[in-house]
Amino acid sequence: MTDSETIAVAMSGGVDSSAVAAMLCAEGRNVIGLTMQLWNQRRLAGHPGMPESVQGRCCSIDDVYDARRVAETLGIPYYVVNHEERFERDVVRPFVEEYLAGRTPIPCSLCNNHLKFDQLLIVARQIGADHVATGHYAQVAFDEQRHRWLLKRPVDRSKDQTYFLFGLTQEQLSRTLFPLGGMTKPEVRELARRCGLVVADKPDSQEICFVPGGDYKSFLEAYLNEQGSAPTRISGDRISGEMISTKMLAGEMVTTDGKVIGEHAGVHNFTVGQRKGLGVATGSPLYVIQIKNDTKQVVVGKNEELYSRTLHACRVNLIATDEVREPMRVAVKIRHRHEPAPAIIEAAGPDDVLVTFDEPQRAITPGQAAVFYDGDIVVGGGWM
Amino acid sequence: MPRRVYLDNNATTPVLPEVLEAMRPYFGERFGNASSIHHHGQDTRAAVERARESVAALLGCRASEIVFTSGGTEADNLAIFGLVREGDHVIASTIEHHAVLNACKHLGKDKDKDEKARCEVTYIPVDGRGLVDPADVKRAIRPNTKLITIMFANNETGVLQPVAEIGKIAAEADIYFHTDAVQAAGKIAIDVNDIGCDLLTISGHKVHGPQGVGALYIRKGTDLEPMLYGGSHERARRAGTENVPGIVGLGKAAEFAMEGFKIGEDTKTATMRDRLERELLEIEATGLNGSDLNQERAPRVPNTTNIYFDGIEGESLVIALDLKGLAVSTGAACSAGAIEPSHVLTAMGLRQDRAKASIRFSLGKQNTAEDVDFALGLIPETVARLRELSPVWARKVVSR
Repeated sequence: MTDSETIAVAMSGGVDSSAVAAMLCAEGRNVIGLTMQLWNQRRLAGHPGMPESVQGRCCSIDDVYDARRVAETLGIPYYVVNHEERFERDVVRPFVEEYLAGRTPIPCSLCNNHLKFDQLLIVARQIGADHVATGHYAQVAFDEQRHRWLLKRPVDRSKDQTYFLFGLTQEQLSRTLFPLGGMTKPEVRELARRCGLVVADKPDSQEICFVPGGDYKSFLEAYLNEQGSAPTRISGDRISGEMISTKMLAGEMVTTDGKVIGEHAGVHNFTVGQRKGLGVATGSPLYVIQIKNDTKQVVVGKNEELYSRTLHACRVNLIATDEVREPMRVAVKIRHRHEPAPAIIEAAGPDDVLVTFDEPQRAITPGQAAVFYDGDIVVGGGWM
Repeated sequence: MPRRVYLDNNATTPVLPEVLEAMRPYFGERFGNASSIHHHGQDTRAAVERARESVAALLGCRASEIVFTSGGTEADNLAIFGLVREGDHVIASTIEHHAVLNACKHLGKDKDKDEKARCEVTYIPVDGRGLVDPADVKRAIRPNTKLITIMFANNETGVLQPVAEIGKIAAEADIYFHTDAVQAAGKIAIDVNDIGCDLLTISGHKVHGPQGVGALYIRKGTDLEPMLYGGSHERARRAGTENVPGIVGLGKAAEFAMEGFKIGEDTKTATMRDRLERELLEIEATGLNGSDLNQERAPRVPNTTNIYFDGIEGESLVIALDLKGLAVSTGAACSAGAIEPSHVLTAMGLRQDRAKASIRFSLGKQNTAEDVDFALGLIPETVARLRELSPVWARKVVSR
C-alpha cells in the first residue's frame, strides 16, 4: 500500500473508529469516512416489550451525528451507506433462527463477515478506496514465510476482538487495516481527546447493536410479532410461516437421565451453562446442559456434567494456514470471555475440525465459535 | 480545490447573485417589522408586497391570493390541513413528495385504535412512465371527497402530471384541487387559471431563491383554516412575522424565472439535458425512467432526467461521483442520511434493484455545456469501475 492510496474508515460514531480516522488523517493519508446504516432502530419500537424510543445506540441518528461531527472536525469526506437489507438477511434473521433452534448466536461475527468486510469493502473499492480501516482491536500483517495474511491478537488483551474476526478471508485481510492493534484503550481515548474529537469520552458500546438494552428475548418476540403481521420482503427466508410465535418453542425440562421435572416457556430463553431462571427448584444447583431443537427439551444437570473434552467445529475458516494436514497444537477460545485453552485440532471433514482439549472445558455452546490460536496468531476458527 | 459541478438542482438551486443582492439590505439597514406602522415597517411592508406581486405574476394570479410560508412543506401542509376535516375523503397520488404523502398519511391515521380513521385517502397509482391517469382520479371521487392533491412535476423524474385535466375534473365535481408545483415553478410556465387549481405550492430554493421561504396560492374564496395561530399576518392565514429577506429573495427569483422564459432559457436547458441523457443512455444496460416499453416518453420539465445503470448501487455511484466533483442524487435520504429506494420509481413499477440503481440528474440556470461535458467525462468510467467491482454485475456477465 502506498501513502497516497485512499483508505475508507468504517465509522460507527464511537471513540475507537473516530480515533482511527484521526490517526490516519494525522499520518497524511487520504481518508473517507463511511457509516453503515444497518438497522432502523425505530422499526420495532412500540411492539410489545420494546422501548418506545431508542437513543444513543449503534445506527441511531445520534451515532451518525457523532460520526459526521468527527468527520467534519477532521475535514474528511463522509457518507452514510444503507445496508439494512443485507444486515437483516445475513445477521438479524440468522440471529433469530439460531435462538429459535436453541442455539446461542454471535451476530458480530456474521456482521464482520457479511457486512463490514464484505459489503462495505465493496463500496469502499467502488468509490476508490482499496483499503478499509476499522476500530477493531486486532492486528493484521503479511507473513513472508507462510505467504499469508495473518490475524493477530492486539496489544490490549482486555479489548481483544479477534474472536469475532476469525471468518475473514485472505482477500479481506489483505485490504484491512486495524490501526488500534498496537494501542491500549486509554491511549485511544487520550488520542481522541488530543484531537479534540467530540466522542473522546463517549462510553463503550457493550451489547448487540440492534437489541435495545440487551434484552434479546423481547427483541425476538417483537421481531417475530412484526414478521407475523407483515410478511417480509426478503426472499429465501428460512423463518417459515408457522414459526411466527415463540409459544411454539415451549417444552419439557428434563434431567440428563431423562426424567421430566417441569416445563419451560421456550428454548430461546436458555443458553448452555445457564443456572438462573430455570424455574425449577431442587436440592442441588441445576444448569442447562443441552437444548434439544427437535423435541424442544431443555436438559438440565449438575455443573460437572457441563464439562467436555472435545468439540466439533464446522464451517471452518483458516487464516494462518491453508489446511490442517496433521494434528496441530493450539489454544482454543470457545466464547468471547474465555481464556484460550490448550488443545489439539485435526481435520474431520472438508470444512470441519475436531478439537480435543487437554482439560475438559465448561459449557461448550452450540451457535458460538471456536477460535484457534497459536500464541498471538489466529490460526482459524469454526462454528460449534 | 477540484472542479465541482452541481447537477442536483431539484434538491436545491444556488441563489442567483442578483437575488442575493436584492436580499442583502433586508438583513441589515432595512430591518423593519412589516407590521409596524412607522417608516421602518412601511419600508419592509412595501418590499414584501412587491415580492407578492412578482410571485403572483409568475403564477398568473392576484397578489392577494399568495400566502408566504417557510417553504414548500409548510405550504403543502397548510393546503391539506387547512381544508380537510374529519370525515373528509382525499385523493392523492402514490408519487407525491413526502410533504404531501406524509401529511396525507397523518390524515389517514387512526385517532385512537378503537375509532375509525379521521379521514380516508385514496392514492392514485401511476403507469410505467410515471403518469397519473385523470380517469383514475375521476373514478376515485366520492360524495365526501374534499380535496384532490396531485403534484405538477415529479421531483425525481420531472414527469409532468395532467394537472389541467385533473383541474377540470375537480371543478366539475366541485372539489378543491391542490397541486404541489415546487418542481414545475421556474422550469415551465404556470398559470393557475389554465390548471384550474384552488391551491398551488412553490418553494424559494428550487427557483434560485433562498431556502426557508415558499408560497401557497389560495384561490379567492377558498375557506382555509390557518395552521399557525398568532397575529393576523398574511391576511390571518399564516401567523408569524414575515421572513422579509426570504420573501424579497423569492420575489426576485420569480422575476428571474419569468425573464428566463422570455429569453428561452428553458429551451437551452432542455438541449443540455437531452445531450446528457442521450449520451448516458449509450452506456450498456442503462435506461430512462419515465418512458415505457415502447420508448414513449411522458412530458417532462426541461431540466430533469432519471436514468438507471443496471448492476450498480446508486448510492455508491453518487459517492464516487461526489468524490470526483460531480453532485447528483439517488432516492431520498432518511434522517440518518442513508439512502432508501425511491417510492416514486417503485410506484412506477421498477424492480427494487433497478430503483436503487437509478440516478437523478437535474440542471439549473447556472449550468453550462462544459458542466455536461464534465459529467459525461466522468460517468461512463465510474459506472464501469463500479460494475467491475459489483458481485451482482459479475454474475450477470457470467450468465450471458
